[in-house]
Amino acid sequence: MELERFSYDNRLPKYFAYATILWGVVGMLAGVLIAFQLAFPFLNLDMAATTFGRVRPVHTNAVIFAFVGNGIFTAIYYSLPRLLKTKMFSKVLGNIHFWGWQLIIVAAAITLLAGYTTGKEYAELEWPIDIAITLVWVVFGINMFGTILTRRERHLYVAIWFFIASWVTVAMLHIVNSMELPVSFMKSYPVYAGVQDALVQWWYGHNAVAFFLTTPYLGLMYYFVPKAANRPVYSYRLSIVHFWSLIFLYIWAGPHHLLYTALPQWAQSLGTAFSIMLLLPSWGGMLNGLFTLRGAWDKVREDPILKFFVVGVTAYGMSTFEGPMLSLKNVNAISHYSDWTVAHVHIGALGWNGFLTFGMLYWLIPRMFKTELFSKKLASAHFWIGTFGIILYAIPMYWAAFRSYFMFKAFTPEGQLQYQFIDIVQTTVPFYIMRAVGGTIFLLGTLLMVYNLVKTVSKGSFVESEEAEAAPLAKTYAPTGKRFWHSVIERKPILLLVMSLLVVALGGIFELIPTFMIKSNIPTIASVKPYTPLELQGRDIYVREGCYTCHSQMIRPFRYEVMRYGEYSKAGEFVYDHPFQWGSKRTGPDLARIGGKYPDSWHFNHMLEPTSMAPGSVMPRYPWLFRRDIDVASTNSKIHAMRMLGVPYEEGYEAKANEDLMAQADKIAATLKTDKIEISSKKEIIALIAYLQRMGKDIKAEPKTTDK
Amino acid sequence: MSVIIVMLVGSLIIAGGFLIAFLWSVKDGQYDDEYSPAHRILFDDTIKDKPIK
Repeated sequence: MELERFSYDNRLPKYFAYATILWGVVGMLAGVLIAFQLAFPFLNLDMAATTFGRVRPVHTNAVIFAFVGNGIFTAIYYSLPRLLKTKMFSKVLGNIHFWGWQLIIVAAAITLLAGYTTGKEYAELEWPIDIAITLVWVVFGINMFGTILTRRERHLYVAIWFFIASWVTVAMLHIVNSMELPVSFMKSYPVYAGVQDALVQWWYGHNAVAFFLTTPYLGLMYYFVPKAANRPVYSYRLSIVHFWSLIFLYIWAGPHHLLYTALPQWAQSLGTAFSIMLLLPSWGGMLNGLFTLRGAWDKVREDPILKFFVVGVTAYGMSTFEGPMLSLKNVNAISHYSDWTVAHVHIGALGWNGFLTFGMLYWLIPRMFKTELFSKKLASAHFWIGTFGIILYAIPMYWAAFRSYFMFKAFTPEGQLQYQFIDIVQTTVPFYIMRAVGGTIFLLGTLLMVYNLVKTVSKGSFVESEEAEAAPLAKTYAPTGKRFWHSVIERKPILLLVMSLLVVALGGIFELIPTFMIKSNIPTIASVKPYTPLELQGRDIYVREGCYTCHSQMIRPFRYEVMRYGEYSKAGEFVYDHPFQWGSKRTGPDLARIGGKYPDSWHFNHMLEPTSMAPGSVMPRYPWLFRRDIDVASTNSKIHAMRMLGVPYEEGYEAKANEDLMAQADKIAATLKTDKIEISSKKEIIALIAYLQRMGKDIKAEPKTTDK
Repeated sequence: MSVIIVMLVGSLIIAGGFLIAFLWSVKDGQYDDEYSPAHRILFDDTIKDKPIK
């Protein structure tokens, strides 16, 4: 058979690699900033754009979608053509993909800092950006499947399966979770409310971890670890088995983020059961990665790249052991809302994603520049610094979590809570400092890598494209040996594409959800009423400032929570919450029943200067809320949108919504005046106070059913 | 809680598809050749190092 000549493009992998490095540094810098902010609140700088609640989403989004995202694309644009012995399907699509993704990242950073957010973790971006993400993702998909279609290698290597599953599932997750009704150009409400929104969000959230941070990186592992060690993968059979079982199990695990919440019990148990089962396929992947180095451990001693891979894969094994453990309800009771979760994700993010990315870059950049790595010693130093950084990050967080747990549940012999929330905050601060130092050390290691790679690039000469040759696919395929159904799919890329699209079409089915949703948003607790226009505006300010990044709105049914925060939360209380704001971390106390707990003036002073009301608080100040006017022009469209989503505002309420808003605002201003506080009733703080004072109160109007 | 039903159906379709695929692959002996794919990726087909005739 005639050999065909073609070439592998190195330009796009290089661009993606540079983007990975750039956004990695940016994302880690943001992380270091917010870590220090938790210990030293003055670092919030009293400006909206630099305050924790806005920078934290920038950190998470930058690290997940910019750093790891570009890492995924680097790996795919480099390995896919080589695995399939063809060039990438389209250079134009590749360029659109690259520049589109970077534009989205820039837009994301700007809009998040400006306060445009949906208030759903890891899905904070507003609807125009959500649409852009969908389009770029489709472009990426066409380019990937196009490459698979035009391949010269019949067999689809296991890494490609991981890439395909990632693409399909992320597409579906993104579409379903981003179902939102635009209110204005940069504001929308999710179609789901309360418990339903929480469930969709964590179904998305958990699978974002699974199909954005895990499966594509397993694909990366299956290509780059064998390549770097020059060994075949330990067990090809295991790779296929654990691939199928992993994707089968992952999709069910989401509810483990909602244990002990108002989510129905059976859904919680389902999430727990599948999370525990996940241990097996996860460890299959880890062992397969580690055993690939069997008989090559001497190389690990010499080669910093393999060192990164070994610790990265080990970190994967540790966090996928920890994950199932955290899904056990009794363990979750300790870990939920605590710093344990933060430590857990950083073992994964810094260890697994970080170290695998570093290993890949150290392997890839010299190859693309036809040279040796500038300094192996520096890379080795980076490895040790990074490892130390992870340890210094994680241990204080674990410690802090247990410490605070025991403080939370400590009662005096008289049956009173022994510690105030602020006591727990203050004992945690030293741990925040240690964690921030650990993160800084990790960042320093990364900067060492930047220097090393810049030096490598400057001494090498870039190979724009690599010539290759391979035989074309035979028109008719004569199978040798036994035939399997699997190989049938592998030989028929169109069938594969159709099947993938079928799975994606499921996303389309999910688009019908809104129709279902609106009906089931009917309140189950009669006393729960929609928010007043002022409270609604206040709630949007709460979302905008990212209050959910530190405060939960979900009281779990434990004695120590009920005594501290009030009656545990009921599903029916959240039916008008678009979006839900249950949160995932309690740096500050739960706010589900904050309404009526303190006078208006307390909130006023607390938002202006938190330590005046709560000495020792690490909460930022919010001076701009006292300067900015409530956006009354948006009230109409907000009320209208909410009614479309099933919130029972009467027809035509838009017309007098602002009247009601001003009346309520004047009342709050008048109350503040009795406490000698002069403020215009038009300011945003008034709306926020209205919302805070409303929270969790409705249920108290419910007639008592129990006899005393 | 209608969203649970919808998500359950969707997830079941995906997961069920994966399950059938997996059982089928085991039954059909899909994993007989587990040698060549793992080794093939280690060989470069680039021709930069070869003398071009």
